[in-house]
Amino acid sequence: MTIVVKGGSVVGTNGVDSADVLVENDVIIKVGKNLTGDITLDASGCHIFPGFVDLHAHLREPGREDTETIETASRAGAKGGYTALIAMPNTNPAHDSVTVIEFVREQGRKAGLLDVFPSGCITMGRQGEALAPLAELSAAGVRIFTDDGSGVQDPVLMGRAMQYAISLGVTMAQHCEVSALTQGAVMNECGCSSDMGVPGWPAIAEEMMVQRDIEMSRITGASVHFLHLSTARSVDLVRDAKAEGLNVTAEVTPHHLSLTQELLTTFDPVYKVNPPLRSMKDIQALKVGLLDGTIDAVATDHAPHARRDKELTLDQAPPGMIGLETALGVVLSAVDLDPVQIAAVMSRNPARIAQITEQHGHNIGVGDIAHLCVVDLGATWQVDPSKLASKSRNTPFVGRQLRGMVRSTMYRGQITVQDGVAQK
Amino acid sequence: MKHLRSISETGAEGLLRILNLTESMAEINTRAVPKVPALRGKTVVSLFFEDSTRTRLSFETAAKRLSAETMNFSVSTSSVNKGESLRDTIETITDMGVDAFVVRHKSVGVPWQISQWTNASIINAGDGAHQHPTQALVDCFTVREALGIQDLSGLNLTIVGDIKHSRVARSNIQAFSALGANITLVAPPTLLPLNIEHWPVKVSNDLDAVLASTDVLYMLRLQSERMAQGLVPSLHEYSTRYGLDDKRVAALQASAVVMHPGPMNRGVEMLIDPSDIPNSLIHRQVTNGVSVRMAVLFDLLSAEEM
Repeated sequence: MTIVVKGGSVVGTNGVDSADVLVENDVIIKVGKNLTGDITLDASGCHIFPGFVDLHAHLREPGREDTETIETASRAGAKGGYTALIAMPNTNPAHDSVTVIEFVREQGRKAGLLDVFPSGCITMGRQGEALAPLAELSAAGVRIFTDDGSGVQDPVLMGRAMQYAISLGVTMAQHCEVSALTQGAVMNECGCSSDMGVPGWPAIAEEMMVQRDIEMSRITGASVHFLHLSTARSVDLVRDAKAEGLNVTAEVTPHHLSLTQELLTTFDPVYKVNPPLRSMKDIQALKVGLLDGTIDAVATDHAPHARRDKELTLDQAPPGMIGLETALGVVLSAVDLDPVQIAAVMSRNPARIAQITEQHGHNIGVGDIAHLCVVDLGATWQVDPSKLASKSRNTPFVGRQLRGMVRSTMYRGQITVQDGVAQK
Repeated sequence: MKHLRSISETGAEGLLRILNLTESMAEINTRAVPKVPALRGKTVVSLFFEDSTRTRLSFETAAKRLSAETMNFSVSTSSVNKGESLRDTIETITDMGVDAFVVRHKSVGVPWQISQWTNASIINAGDGAHQHPTQALVDCFTVREALGIQDLSGLNLTIVGDIKHSRVARSNIQAFSALGANITLVAPPTLLPLNIEHWPVKVSNDLDAVLASTDVLYMLRLQSERMAQGLVPSLHEYSTRYGLDDKRVAALQASAVVMHPGPMNRGVEMLIDPSDIPNSLIHRQVTNGVSVRMAVLFDLLSAEEM
């Protein structure tokens, strides 16, 4: 059986071409004009991208299945145009054993809506005290390691992790936060936090660790990925490190490209996130960084939370917001990216960082696995929380008008989303 | 006005209205039987998640003098101890039929959060280090009364102490600046908030340098936990540099007045016995607390039907 994705513009590495894409089973068998197949997936007026890859998703399973499961997150991801998610390790139990890694991957396989690639913990239980079995986890297929949710505070331990990373050929992804500087903090340290009388989260808490890990990457040669950059100075540090030829990469979230600290003056914990929403000046620097290639990828930091947890007080409520279904629209509404740049930051670069380029982030060529998403770049839409596939509703984008809509998603040659509706 | 959650939400107009209303309430409080039927049928709930003497008792007294029913919520004997959420607590009490919540909580923003879960009026009796609007109203009223002036423009107010963690300071800065006063904050650098260039204040680290030009000296409490956090090197250093002693009282203008929101830390910020301060308004602040809170309750709850 064949499916033809018809009438769209194929987004390649160098440019955009009007072409149809013919898929048989799970492989692209032809790209060209006037193709026909058993089934037609309409892409007229739309762009055809390689399926998106999210470097940073919290799937909450195992442990908090009341807020999200691997299946519901997979469905949310598919609706957002994703065909691969990197699952963050801060589940309960955490991703520090082969058993948990295999469980997460297997739950992803069962859901069958996209590829779930578990990240591994850098330290046991993400406690920052002893290394996780990095080689064992790597042998089980883990390519990216992080203690996300917290940064590895101890530089001795981080140095050892980087030495391992070299020998295993894996990437260390850092959540940059010097925790001694962020005790009790609920938002960016700024005039608003002083008005509100809440402990501020200083930019330097992030920048100190970015700087430390750049220096450690220089010494060890390890590949270091910086998660969710949020400050202007962090962008400068990474830009300089890249200019020096160091082995570093970076990501930014849609919310850090679009929302500012002033939203916290509503006292609504939906806006509490780690790292915190920063200033307009930081947003401008992050946009410049994304456009000039300092920042390689957009990553969602999709973080589902139960309503009851987001109804706690501002200091008690957990940080985080969901983002899989809104990522593309939020990014395109905030930053003027052309289709080739969109494919780079949403698919090709994250696939490279996650070391999954054999299957994802391809050039939509003959022989590539059929991971595709069809996007209407001109369409506008409003976020309706009741229509989200995620099990949680903690989106800060309710009622926002977004530009850029995922029409359809194809995963391994199967249509997972059609006309915005999940197919299973 | 539906709620009193912050001074900025009240605006200068609301501030003046409540201050003027307070004068009528103060008159009631001089009567032999200080009670009027103004809020008969209304129910006011005190919801104190944090300890309080002055604020709690003065709100309850105020409600009773206006003939409102009062409900008392004690966290230590409530279902909060069984893990009931803030939302469920608010909705449960709302279901019983209440007109106003007087709420104090250690977490900033709670009065705003709970106003989504009830139709009752919310009066902020202190949220973390953020706001304590009725204290600011008390302080403005007390200064007007003591100095016999309505207009505070040109008045030099000096607030001394832990500004960073003080809801009293934040509310007073908003209230006194709305009434035209010049405000100077005096504190060690670590007890001043960062990034406050936009606040309508001058800042100093030197108390002795500002005493001579001060009309109202407002001393804040230094909580002992600030020591534990290492924010000041020692209590001795703090009280030497920022404590009010007889020498500093003598350095004030004869007309200057001294205030403190209580509870006082004697031996820390108050090295002199308050009764030895000639122009202390500390007792007037407490007395006026009842009248101000009567005015606030009346303003919020009687306006509803108009």
